Amino acid sequence: MSVLAGRPPGRPPGRFWRPAAFPLTLGRLALDPWVLGALAVAGFVAAPLLAVIWQALATSDDIWSHLAATVLPVYIRETLLLMTGVGVGTFIVGTGCAWLVTMCRFPGQRVLTWALLLPFAVPAYLLAFVATDQLEYAGTVQTGLRALFGWQRPGDYWFPEIRSLGGAVWVMTLALYPYVYLLARAAFLEQSVCVLEVSRTLGKTAWGSFFGVALPLARPAIVIGISLVLMETLNDFGTVDFFAVETFTVGIYDVWLNQSSIAGAAQLSLVLMVFVLALITAERLARRGRRFHHTSSRYQNLPSYRLTGLKAVLAFAACVLPVVIGFVIPALVLAGYAIRFHAETLSPRYLEFAANSLGLSAFAAIAAAVIGLVLAYAQRLSQHPAVNGVVRFAGIGYAVPASVLAVGVILPLSQLDEAMDGATMTLLGIPAPLLVSGTLAAVVYGYLVRFLALSHGAVEAGLTKVTPNMDGAARTLGAGPGGALKRVHFPLIRGSLMTAALLVFVDCMKELPLTLVLRPFDFDTLATFVYQYASDELFEEASLAALTIVAAGILPVILLSMTIVASRRGGTAP
Amino acid sequence: MRTLETLGCLKKFCLGLTVLCGFGAAQPIAAQQAAAAEINLYSYRQPFLIQPLLDAFTAESGIKVRVVFAKKGMLERIRAAGRNNAADAVLTVDMGRLNELREAGVLAPVASPVLNANIPAHLRHPDGLWFALTTRARVALVSRERIGADELQSYEDLAEPRFKGRICMRSGKHAYNVALVAAMIHHKGADAARTWLKGLKANLARKPQGNDRAQAKAIYQGQCDVALANNYYMAKMATNEKKPEQKKWAAAVKLLYLNQGESQNGNHMNVSGAAVVKGAKHPAAAVKLLEFLSDAEAQRIYAEVNHEYPVKPGVRMSDLVRSWGAFKPDTADIEAIAKLRRRASRLVDEVRFNNGPTS
Repeated sequence: MSVLAGRPPGRPPGRFWRPAAFPLTLGRLALDPWVLGALAVAGFVAAPLLAVIWQALATSDDIWSHLAATVLPVYIRETLLLMTGVGVGTFIVGTGCAWLVTMCRFPGQRVLTWALLLPFAVPAYLLAFVATDQLEYAGTVQTGLRALFGWQRPGDYWFPEIRSLGGAVWVMTLALYPYVYLLARAAFLEQSVCVLEVSRTLGKTAWGSFFGVALPLARPAIVIGISLVLMETLNDFGTVDFFAVETFTVGIYDVWLNQSSIAGAAQLSLVLMVFVLALITAERLARRGRRFHHTSSRYQNLPSYRLTGLKAVLAFAACVLPVVIGFVIPALVLAGYAIRFHAETLSPRYLEFAANSLGLSAFAAIAAAVIGLVLAYAQRLSQHPAVNGVVRFAGIGYAVPASVLAVGVILPLSQLDEAMDGATMTLLGIPAPLLVSGTLAAVVYGYLVRFLALSHGAVEAGLTKVTPNMDGAARTLGAGPGGALKRVHFPLIRGSLMTAALLVFVDCMKELPLTLVLRPFDFDTLATFVYQYASDELFEEASLAALTIVAAGILPVILLSMTIVASRRGGTAP
Repeated sequence: MRTLETLGCLKKFCLGLTVLCGFGAAQPIAAQQAAAAEINLYSYRQPFLIQPLLDAFTAESGIKVRVVFAKKGMLERIRAAGRNNAADAVLTVDMGRLNELREAGVLAPVASPVLNANIPAHLRHPDGLWFALTTRARVALVSRERIGADELQSYEDLAEPRFKGRICMRSGKHAYNVALVAAMIHHKGADAARTWLKGLKANLARKPQGNDRAQAKAIYQGQCDVALANNYYMAKMATNEKKPEQKKWAAAVKLLYLNQGESQNGNHMNVSGAAVVKGAKHPAAAVKLLEFLSDAEAQRIYAEVNHEYPVKPGVRMSDLVRSWGAFKPDTADIEAIAKLRRRASRLVDEVRFNNGPTS
């Protein structure tokens, strides 16, 4: 079996062949510090998920037969419809706008390249509030229409109900499309012009090149974007609860809080996890191991189709609408309320909350980017199914409803508290500081678990675009895995790392459910401060803090946009 | 080996984490040294509602109150922490949560003559495991224009066909509505409660949504004629200077107490309450806080600021609440009703209440 044990002929020295058989590679697995490190880190991140599974093993008081006979079909239907709607919506808006601003020239295009990311700074639950505030029966729009046409009662006219599945699809599409836009734009920017030129000289139209060449090349990135969107859709509670849409996550909270069954909630969460893993696996199988690398190193300014007349107007409208509805209007509405109600909420501790949010988010962002890098690079080195499996599993924390995940975080940390306290009491005679109630460690840990999919996804997207030949060359020239990472990969994927950190930063600023459950006493962030009002739909009072969350996201979002452009090799991009 | 470099990086990262733990850790150790001077509180109540009370407590006793506000996960946090639990007391807005904590066995019995004197026996646990601090009535808000004088008198009436398409409700899964359904099961049995809830669902004007205020707003806008809400929401809308539009909503509706007849049980009540956590590090201070919250001054603040009914006999209700007149509250065992909450929640599923009137 020399073929299995040795290097395949014609391969560069290194670790780039797929292990032929699992048992044969166990020995190598055990010796490789990268792989061991990755397994340890992934295990650390996966521990809360395992805790959720452990809870699911307890008996759940007959939850399933009750649910199956009553509302389970509703939960499943509404969840699938919501996922389909948001998935399709974010694909169209995200990919379409990315293509337009990257490949075409039209008035406003330069500003729109970064403005299209702005809705990312607005938490979905705030967007939901603003949409309802404007569009419900008592809202500005319908009140105006009634005054205009003299309608008196609801029966006099038809207007779509905003608190509905459709409303949730719209709001979540607008809040989440930036993930797809971001990754699609980065992918389009990194595509070699040569490939596109070849497709044009071979007779493809502009649209043909888009669908035939650019889109397939960008597919891994777009798929990562959409999977992030779908996971966020699955774990959302604030928006769907506000819109009275009964998704699976609503069901999980109902079983937990109204039927007092954390075991039942954990079992439902487990179903969610299996579903997400199945989706990810299905997509990978559909790609069937096809890889999309750029083999050309020729990069020059991207061609730009100059749009004029109606086409320019349409392109402008298509790209400006998501920004206006997803960012400008919400920011203005919030600003209006913030001015009117600032006296209610402008407490002396306000700056403290803002500092807490910024500090926690920044720390978690850097830590998440480092962990993402370690895991993605170790996967690339080993290509080992065990490593891949553990990392994929650790990443699904993003799809688990965050309050359930928080309980998953509490369990292992409490065990650790118990052990550490015992140790320090025995050795030193003093109690150990408590991780769960006494420190921010639990909150940061929670963020890392929840947002691993983001940081790992962003780094992975960057790494897949680096052709393995680079690794081969570096290793042939004598660099070890660490040296290759430092001198070859790191400079190439610096942009992706920055993207990972910024994505996690903005998401941590918005993060609510985990922070609520895991924070120490007397500790608030802007999001938890907003929640005390938002939980009773007193959004007006919360507007000032909400606006600060949005504002804090703007700078990172602009940085993100600059990072993507800078990551394009071989010259300035549009 | 270059891999050593990577391990070095990992080490630095772990060091960073340790430092982070350390900077947060300074607090609890200091806290343990100043044991008597503070307590840790888990609150299901919004901080802006209770802060004035807690400030008054600190001013009087010198005990600092540190709060975590959340609506989920607190029980799990207490349970997982075991003997490391840091919470001394909990504040809740609904009897269901108190009962859930009691069933989980995380509450400590409190024997306090002050609490026993301030709180009537039916509003506290016989062994002092929990104490109600205020009561609130789930009342009907009805359109002044479109609902006649005696048209609606009981919860049961809400299931009558004459209200078809005229009722607005918050989610059937909200704790306040679940408690109402549980009370219905308690008084009439599960089958009668199911029939009632089905009838009520058929009468809905729209899919259940929004909070209690949103229902009054819907009546004001003409979307429906009847809604259920906690009484203090009515008072808060009527006195809202910052949002004068809410005064219009309040003006459009009339507050009705239900089930007031001789043979009826009275208006459904819920409580906000408090309890001391088992294994509390500052039990004496925690009891002191509960005593303070049940005493005249705090009870007056609850009544005046939040328009709830004080539990301490003799404390005046707010003028506005008094203006609605005297009424007969349902005095059924609130813990027995709380125990039916799970059953009630399932009943809401069984009749697909939250799907609204169409299905």
